[in-house]
Amino acid sequence: MPTNLSARLCTFVLSLFLIAFALPAFAGPFEDAVAKFANDDYSDTDEAIGVVASSGNKLAFPIISALQDGRLMADPDSKKVYVTGTDGKSIDAATGEPVASVPDSASAVRLNNRLRRSVDAALGSLTLQSPDLGARLQAAQSVFKSHEETALEPVEGALAKETNKSVKTALGDARAAILLFKSDATEVQKLEAVATIKARGDQEALALLSDIGTDQPPSVAKAAASAISSIQSSLAVWSSVQNAWYGLSLGSVLLLAAIGLAITFGVMGVINMAHGEMVMIGAYTTFVVQEVIRTRYPALFDYSLLIAVPLAFLVAGAIGVLIERSIIRFLYGRPLETLLATWGLSLVLQQAVRTMFGPTNREVGNPSWMSGAFDLGQITITYNRLWILVFTLAVFMILLAMLRYTALGLEMRAVTQNRRMAASMGIATSRVDALTFGLGSGIAGIAGVALSQIDNVSPNLGQSYIIDSFMVVVFGGVGNLWGTLVGAFTLGIANKFLEPVAGAVLGKIAILVLIILFIQKRPRGLFALKGRAVEA
Amino acid sequence: MPTKSIHDIAASFSRRGVLAATTGLMLGLASISGAKAADDTIKVGVLHSLSGTMAISETTLKDTILFLIDEQNKKGGVLGKKLEAVVVDPASNWPLFAEKARELITKDKVSVVFGCWTSVSRKSVLPVFKELNNILFYPVQYEGEESERNVFYTGAAPNQQAIPAVDYLMKDEKVKRWVLAGTDYVYPRTTNKILEAYLKSKGVAQEDIMINYTPFGHSDWQTIVADIKKFGSAGKKTAVVSTINGDANVPFYKELGNQGIKAKDIPVVAFSVGEEELAGIDTKPLVGHLAAWNYFESIKTPANEKFIKDWQAYTKNPRRTTNDPMEAHVIGFNMWIKAVEKVKSTDPDKVIDALPGIEAANLTGGTSKMLPNHHITKPVFIGEIKGNGQFDVVWKTPGLVAGDAWSKELDGSKDLIGDWVGKKCGNFNTKTNKCLGSGS
Repeated sequence: MPTNLSARLCTFVLSLFLIAFALPAFAGPFEDAVAKFANDDYSDTDEAIGVVASSGNKLAFPIISALQDGRLMADPDSKKVYVTGTDGKSIDAATGEPVASVPDSASAVRLNNRLRRSVDAALGSLTLQSPDLGARLQAAQSVFKSHEETALEPVEGALAKETNKSVKTALGDARAAILLFKSDATEVQKLEAVATIKARGDQEALALLSDIGTDQPPSVAKAAASAISSIQSSLAVWSSVQNAWYGLSLGSVLLLAAIGLAITFGVMGVINMAHGEMVMIGAYTTFVVQEVIRTRYPALFDYSLLIAVPLAFLVAGAIGVLIERSIIRFLYGRPLETLLATWGLSLVLQQAVRTMFGPTNREVGNPSWMSGAFDLGQITITYNRLWILVFTLAVFMILLAMLRYTALGLEMRAVTQNRRMAASMGIATSRVDALTFGLGSGIAGIAGVALSQIDNVSPNLGQSYIIDSFMVVVFGGVGNLWGTLVGAFTLGIANKFLEPVAGAVLGKIAILVLIILFIQKRPRGLFALKGRAVEA
Repeated sequence: MPTKSIHDIAASFSRRGVLAATTGLMLGLASISGAKAADDTIKVGVLHSLSGTMAISETTLKDTILFLIDEQNKKGGVLGKKLEAVVVDPASNWPLFAEKARELITKDKVSVVFGCWTSVSRKSVLPVFKELNNILFYPVQYEGEESERNVFYTGAAPNQQAIPAVDYLMKDEKVKRWVLAGTDYVYPRTTNKILEAYLKSKGVAQEDIMINYTPFGHSDWQTIVADIKKFGSAGKKTAVVSTINGDANVPFYKELGNQGIKAKDIPVVAFSVGEEELAGIDTKPLVGHLAAWNYFESIKTPANEKFIKDWQAYTKNPRRTTNDPMEAHVIGFNMWIKAVEKVKSTDPDKVIDALPGIEAANLTGGTSKMLPNHHITKPVFIGEIKGNGQFDVVWKTPGLVAGDAWSKELDGSKDLIGDWVGKKCGNFNTKTNKCLGSGS
C-alpha cells in the first residue's frame, strides 16, 4: 500500500510540474480567456469558449465539458474560475492546480441557447478522437450541425483513424457539410459533398442543402437542387408511413380509454359519464405509487408502472363496484336518470380528488424505458407511444380471453344477451352486474396508468377522454369488443391523416361530422350485435 | 385601543351571524353593533374559480389576495379599518362569473374585486361592473384591444410580453422562421394576429411563418411536433412562439422532449407557461426552452425574497411556487390601497379617478405605474427553463414597458388609445379625434 500511495503522489507531483512548465507557453491568451468566464456576460463567455477550444491546451476539454454540465464555477470578485470534477474535487481552470475548495461567492457559469450551440461545436472538435464510441458519434453529429471550417482538420484526422463504421459515416457527413460551406473548396469537392449528403437523405440533410446559399458554382447549385427534390420525394413517402404510425398510436390511446366503457356502456348498457373519472383515479393511483417509491424505494422507480397497474385495477374496480351497488343498480332501465346521476358523480369524484390532491397537476415521471425515441428509417418512434400500443393490445387480448374462457365471462355474456333467461338458469344477475361494472371500471383504471405517461395528471384528466370514448364505442358498435378495436384504430388513423391537411381543430370537427353521417346510415355502428334479445 | 377590540369582537360576531342569532341576549348586542361592524371592515371581493378546469391556475390567486389582506391587516388595515375578503367560487363557468360578480357587489357590498383569469370570464363580468359601477383588477396577461373605465389590467398587454420575446429571438438567437402555435381561442388568435403583423413589418416572408391552432386540452401532439421539426429543417433558424394554454402544455413539452427537439435547435418561447405549469413535469429535457413574463420566482431582489418567504410561511408550504399573475395581484392590490389612502375613501368613482398615476413597487426591483389607459408599466424578462423547474433570466428590457391597450400592429386598432384621465374614453381615435364609445 505505501509504495502504491507514494507512487501515486509521485505521478501527481510530476504532473503538476508538467502542467506548471507547460502552461507558460499558453499563459497569455488562454488565461485571459478563462478569466472571461467570470464576467457573467454571454458574449464574453462565447469568446472565451472559442479561444479555449482552439488553444490546444490540455485543460480545454475539462473546461468546456464542465461548462456544458454546469460544473464550471466562476468567482465574480476575484475573477477566478474553477472546474469542479464529477468526483467533487476542484481545480483552478487557468492553471490546472487543485484547489481545496471553491469559494462560496462562486457560481456556475450560465449558458443560453446560443452558447450551448458554441459549446457543442467546441466539444465536437475536441472529442472527435475520444476513446468512447458514443462520444465520438455525438461529436461527429455536432460538427455536422455546426459545420465550422476550423473543424475540417480535426475531422479529417479523425476520419483517417476511425474504424467504426457508423462513426465513419457520421464523420464523412460532417466533412461533407464543412466542405459544402467552405468558400475555397473546389467544385469537385463540393459535388462529392452534395452526393454524400444526399445519401444521408433525412431532414437535416435537407436543411443543410437548402441553406447553401446562392454563391455556389452552377453545377453545385444544380446538383443540390436535384438532391433536395429527391430527398423531398422520399420524405413524402415516409411522411405517410409516419401518419399511419401516429394514427395507430392515437388509436391505441382511444382504444385504451374506451375499452372500459365498452364493458360498462357497451355490454351493460349503462351510460356511464363517470367513466373518465375512473381513468383519472387510475392515474392518481400511479402518482401515489410513484410518490411512495420515490420516498422509500427509489431503486424500484423503473418498475413503478408495473406495480401501479394491478393497484389501479383494484382501486378503480372497487370504486366501480361501490358505485354500482349504491347508485346504478337502482337506475337500470332508466337511461336518462343514469346519465344525470353518473354525470353528477363525475363532478363529485373530480372535486374529491381536487380536495385531496390539490387542483394543480401532479408529476408522474416516465421510467427510463418509456423515455426518448428511436429512428426507424426516416420516422421517429417514441418509446412511450410504442409501449402504450403494446400495452393496449395486451389488455384487449386479456379481456377478450376473459370474456370467452372464464365462468364470469360466460355469465356476463349470458346476462347481457338475455337477462331473464340467465336469471332463470340460476345466474345471480345482480352479482354479475356489480362485477361487470367493477371490471369495466378497473380497466379504465389501468388505462389511467398508461395515460398518466402522456397526459396531465389533474382532476380534469377524465373529462378530455369521455367524449372520445363514447364516440369510439358508438362508432364501433355497442356491445362488441372487436367493434371497439376497429372503431378506435379507424378513428385514430383517419384523424391523423386529416390533421396535416385540415389542422387539429378542423380535423376533429371533420371526424365528428363523418361519424354523424355514418351513424345515420348504420345506427348500430360498425359491428352491430345480432340476436333477438339485444333490446331486452 | 379598547374600542378597536370591541369592534373586533363585533366584527367576528357579524361574520358568524348564525352564532349571534342563537341567543336573544346576543341578538340584541349583534343588532346594535352589527350595523357598525359592516362599516368597520372594508370588503374586498375575490372572484377566482376554485373548482372546474380553471381551478388549477386561479386557486393560487385567491390565496394570494387572502395573503395580501392578511399582511395589510397586520399593518393596521387601511383608513383605520380592517380589510375583509369575500371569496366566491364561479366554478370555471363563464355566466356564473357575472352572477357571482353581481352578488359580490350588491349583496356583499365589496369596494373592489380582484378576479378572473380567462378573457371570456372578464368579458362576461364587464357589463356587471359597468352597470353597478365597481372596480375589477385583472391580473393575467391578455390579448389587449380593450380599455374599460371599471377595469384595471395589471397583467401584460401583448407589447409587454409577446413583442419583446420575438425581438429577443430575432436579435439574440437570429431566428428567421417562426411557428406560431396556440390553443384555439381569443387570446392566442389575437396575439398571433399581432405577431404576424409585427413579423411581416420586420421583413419576415409569409412562407416563413407557420400558424397552428389546437383544441383546448389537446393531448396528441405527435403530428404537430413532427410538423414543427419538418418546418424547422428548411435551413433557417426556427423558433416556436407558443400561446398554448393550460393543460395542453404538459403533453406538448413531453412530446418535444421525446422526439428529441432540443432548445438549442428549435427553441420554444411560451407565454402561458410559468412556475406552476412546470411543477407537473420533469423539466430536464426542456432545459433552454424559454418563457416571457414580467416576473420570475428566481429573480433575486430583496423584495422578491421577502415576498417568497412570507408567502411560503403563510401557506405553510416551503415548496409553494410564485408566479407572474401573483405579482400582478400584488402590484394591483398595493395600487388600490394607495389610491384609497390618497382619496380617503373607498368610493369606486373617487378611486377610479385616483388610480392613474399611482405608483407601486414591483417585486423585481422597479416601480410600476398605473397609466391613463388602466394598464401598468412593467419590465419584461425572458427566462430559460432550468432543470429544477425554475427559470434563469437571460434577457430583460432596459426599462419598464408601458402597456398598450390597443395594439400598434393591427390596422383596426393602431390609431386608438385609452385615456381615462384627459379624454375620459377607452377607445379614442387619435386620427379622427373622436371617442368611439361603448360597444367596441
